[in-house]
Amino acid sequence: MKKKNDWIDLAPLDAVPRRGARCVKAPGGRIAVFRTEDDRIFATEDKCPHAGGPLSQGIVHGASVTCPLHNWVIDLESGAVAGPDEGRARTVPVRVEDGRILMAAAPLSSAAE
Amino acid sequence: MAEKLIVIGNGMAGCRAVEELLARAPGKYDVEIFGAEPQVNYNRIMLSPVLAGEKRFDEIIINGRDWYDDNAITLHAGVEITAIDLERRRVADAGGRLYPYDKLLIATGSKPLMIPIPGNTLEGVMPFRDIGDVEKMTAAAKTYRNAVVIGGGLLGLEAANGLRANGMEVAVIHLVDTLMERQLDEAAGFLLKRELEARGIKVLTGATTESILGEDRVSGVRLEDGRILDADLVVMAVGIRPNIALAGQAGLACNRGIMVDDHMRTSDPAVLSVGECVEHRGQTYGLVAPLWDMCKAAADSLAGLEGEGYGGSAISTKLKITGIDLFSAGNFAGNEHTEDIILRDAARGVYRRLVLHENRIAGIVMFGDVTDSAWFYQLLREGADVSSMREILIFGQSYAGGAQLDPMAAVAALPDSAEICGCNGVCKGTIVGAIQAKGLTTLEEVRAHTKASSSCGTCSGTVEQLMAHVLGEGFARNAVPPMCPCTDHGHDEVRRIIAAAKLKSIPQVMQELGWKTPGGCAKCRPALNFYLIAAWPGDYADDYQSRFINERVHANIQKDGTYSVVPRMWGGLTTPAELRAIADVAEKFSIPEVKMTGGQRIDLLGVKKEDLPAVWADLNAAGMVSGHAYAKGLRTVKTCVGTDWCRFGTQDSTGLGVKLEKLLWGSWTPHKVKLAVSGCPRNCAEATCKDFGVVCVDSGYELHFAGAAGMEVKKTEILCNVASEDEVLEYCAATVQLYREQGHYLERMYKWAARVGADAVRAAIAGDEAGRKALADRFLHSQKFAQVDPWAERASGGVDAHEFAPLGDVTYLEAAE
Ligand code: SRM
Ligand SMILES: Cc1cc2nc3c(=O)[nH]c(=O)nc-3n(C[C@H](O)[C@H](O)[C@H](O)COP(=O)(O)OP(=O)(O)OC[C@H]3O[C@@H](n4cnc5c(N)ncnc54)[C@H](O)[C@@H]3O)c2cc1C
Ligand code: SF4
Ligand code: FES
Repeated sequence: MKKKNDWIDLAPLDAVPRRGARCVKAPGGRIAVFRTEDDRIFATEDKCPHAGGPLSQGIVHGASVTCPLHNWVIDLESGAVAGPDEGRARTVPVRVEDGRILMAAAPLSSAAE
Repeated sequence: MAEKLIVIGNGMAGCRAVEELLARAPGKYDVEIFGAEPQVNYNRIMLSPVLAGEKRFDEIIINGRDWYDDNAITLHAGVEITAIDLERRRVADAGGRLYPYDKLLIATGSKPLMIPIPGNTLEGVMPFRDIGDVEKMTAAAKTYRNAVVIGGGLLGLEAANGLRANGMEVAVIHLVDTLMERQLDEAAGFLLKRELEARGIKVLTGATTESILGEDRVSGVRLEDGRILDADLVVMAVGIRPNIALAGQAGLACNRGIMVDDHMRTSDPAVLSVGECVEHRGQTYGLVAPLWDMCKAAADSLAGLEGEGYGGSAISTKLKITGIDLFSAGNFAGNEHTEDIILRDAARGVYRRLVLHENRIAGIVMFGDVTDSAWFYQLLREGADVSSMREILIFGQSYAGGAQLDPMAAVAALPDSAEICGCNGVCKGTIVGAIQAKGLTTLEEVRAHTKASSSCGTCSGTVEQLMAHVLGEGFARNAVPPMCPCTDHGHDEVRRIIAAAKLKSIPQVMQELGWKTPGGCAKCRPALNFYLIAAWPGDYADDYQSRFINERVHANIQKDGTYSVVPRMWGGLTTPAELRAIADVAEKFSIPEVKMTGGQRIDLLGVKKEDLPAVWADLNAAGMVSGHAYAKGLRTVKTCVGTDWCRFGTQDSTGLGVKLEKLLWGSWTPHKVKLAVSGCPRNCAEATCKDFGVVCVDSGYELHFAGAAGMEVKKTEILCNVASEDEVLEYCAATVQLYREQGHYLERMYKWAARVGADAVRAAIAGDEAGRKALADRFLHSQKFAQVDPWAERASGGVDAHEFAPLGDVTYLEAAE
């Protein structure tokens, strides 16, 4: 896994299915990387603000994911919980360049501190 | 003694006039109705949705047999009247039988025009007027491929859409350049054409049909410009002509239609006439709204009441093609005295045009978004002066009508005379009056008492708002609840349209049914995925991303993000070798807990996701497959020991349980399905609280369904008794299939049975041999594609490999810092 400046080259975009997610093992705990129907990429910690459910296992719809454990809906852009529930999942900057998914390195290592 | 009233025509106007009469003077007449069609009174305008497969015939019946019986009306269905003797006041049928009357009501409707060109009598050339025509068309669609519709008006386009929904290649030939030119201007006609073409319908405007080709059956259509279109079916929808032959021969005054005065009286004082067959003040009509007012006037006359009479009607048009919103009313042609206000939103395909004459709305054309049509139409009918809101009028009531963004407030603000239901001509005052006077609380009651929203149904929402406005908190909306907030459609409607419009993917369903969110949500997506699987076995590609995680990875997610693994143990049987393999797997992968489930099998709990494929591979190697303990599908078939060991056993309950499990495994169902087979009425396998249960008895098998013992404990319903194991298998497959076809997603079998009625299920399974066999066949067909062990597919890395490996590992970052 190469490090381009402060961005880590993770994988090709197609490694994550549309309307799906996969995980990255990171020092502070797992990161979930989501891909929307229109090929936008988002990343959050893989932990639901409710009771720690693995968000990467949820159903991705629009730019949101529904947690598999108790159906809280999390906005992928901000990490905020939608609707009457409250809370926020930590997000991690990601972007797509030349068809590859890049993830910001800084928040990953600082999470370990 | 009651006077004799004979009605000729069992259609929309004839029966409505009788309804109006019964409401005014019950018992005044002894009513006898003649109908050339063999059916009871049905809603002709709904033939289009029936053709498109969106409604069944029984759903469009207006008055069933019981209505005739309850009101002591004699119905002669399938009997045509061939002569009227005005002098002796009697009518004759084709067989020469005579029927005397005191009063006669003629409601013979109209006849479709068949253009006089060569070939118009070939087999396969037909009109679109009655249920018989619809049956012919759907039958033709099964054997033939190409259809040509002549006429691009309302009727022709609805026919074209319906034939397309039946899988035919369809072309529409229209004489002038604009579709529905009598209702639409060029701009809206163009949008409509584009929309139809996008649905795969070929539209030829400005085209004249020269002749119809073919030997016995039609084979093609030749246009004047020499083009030839292939055709195995030609539907003529070029117009209608009032059906006046009978009246004319009898000597009643006729022009284009049967001449009537404002009280619907013909030239003979004992004879009245209503519907499409009449001509009133020089006008004939081809839509239902005017008929309702005619029927009121006729009923007043017959009842001997001093009514105000009929004064003619303004009419509006909607096209009943699901997904195409269009509204037109009044005079939109415009002239030097009129002005136009136009709103276009090309991106959304929305077009609105209001034609103003002396500051009043004279014409309305709307395409793509018809939300404000009722309000505009109201302003048109009232002749309201709109100069004060001219600038913003086109944006609709929410802006122009005084910031009434709240639909409830908008409904409250409507005057009593505002028309709510266009099809049946029901205004707000009538609905409010009926709710208050009769204490109505449900939409069904309002429909029954006022007819509002009982025809095309597009005004149901407004009627509900009105009910909420009148009843306040007391009103519990009982219209079909939508599947989820992404749509206004209910489960049944979505399922029916999937089948009728042959929708085969989730994006297609969302597009066709106007989903409000871009990608649905975690509620509707799994439901749609199931409906598509159930509708198109072998044809629809399962969308794993629309499945809940358990069904995506074929294991149950646990609260700590690990998974549980439950292999199938057919009928609760296992072997030392299987137990040994389970023990080995548990040790090899350090699985923290092994437990007996309540379903007679073993659960391995706390398996790491990455280990799942390897765990499955080991279990597969020992001959075990997925137990689908996670699925909305068959779970377990519990059994007791039966005749093999038990001193009370009457049949081989264990063996039958294994057979049932082998029959049903792998099937996807609306919710989970659990079975049990007990060897005698002591019922050790608890078969009487299962979705489908079998209790063996000396004479055979007692079949049960719709039980449960979870959040609700529900004892089963008895289905019937059968004598052989083969019958048990057939009845069970048929019951599960019926549930698959009718159940709402996440509706357990007992809830489905309560909704549709246990008797209806019994009738379909035990009371209908052909139907049962067809259901069982459909089940077996879909099982051909469903019975694939999902574990084997994944253990080999062939399916969804990305699910079980991380995308990356950056734990090294910690060390680097
Ligand atoms: C494992 C098991 C408990 C056990 O250790 O025995 C179990 C475990 C769960 N049951 Fe159950 N049920 C188990 C037998 C039952 C039974 C008994 C039976 O099948 O004879 C019932 C009552 C009978 C019935 O279904 O009518 C039962 C009624 C439920 C219900 C309530 C369903 C209802 O409609 O009322 C739920 C909730 C649901 O499905 O929505 C449920 C849901 C669950 C879930 C799936 C909860 C969840 O969503 O995570 C549990 C999954 C645990 C796992 O990961 O394995 N479980 N559950 C049993 C597995 C049986 C099997 O071999 O497949
Ligand atoms: C497919 C279709 C879609 C339509 N969609 C719409 C719509 O969306 N909106 C709208 O407003 N209108 C629509 N219409 C028009 C509407 O259906 C008619 O305006 C309405 O049915 C006319 O009612 P009626 O009673 O005059 O005639 P009908 O409903 O046709 O009834 C006449 C009946 O009289 C019977 N009859 C005739 N002669 C005899 C005889 N000699 N002896 C015994 N019985 C006889 C006929 O068999 C028929 O059953 C549609 C029509 C069709 C065919
Ligand atoms: S009874 Fe409740 S806690 Fe126990 S397994 Fe079933 S769902 Fe889970
Ligand atoms: S842990 Fe996500 S909703 Fe409960």
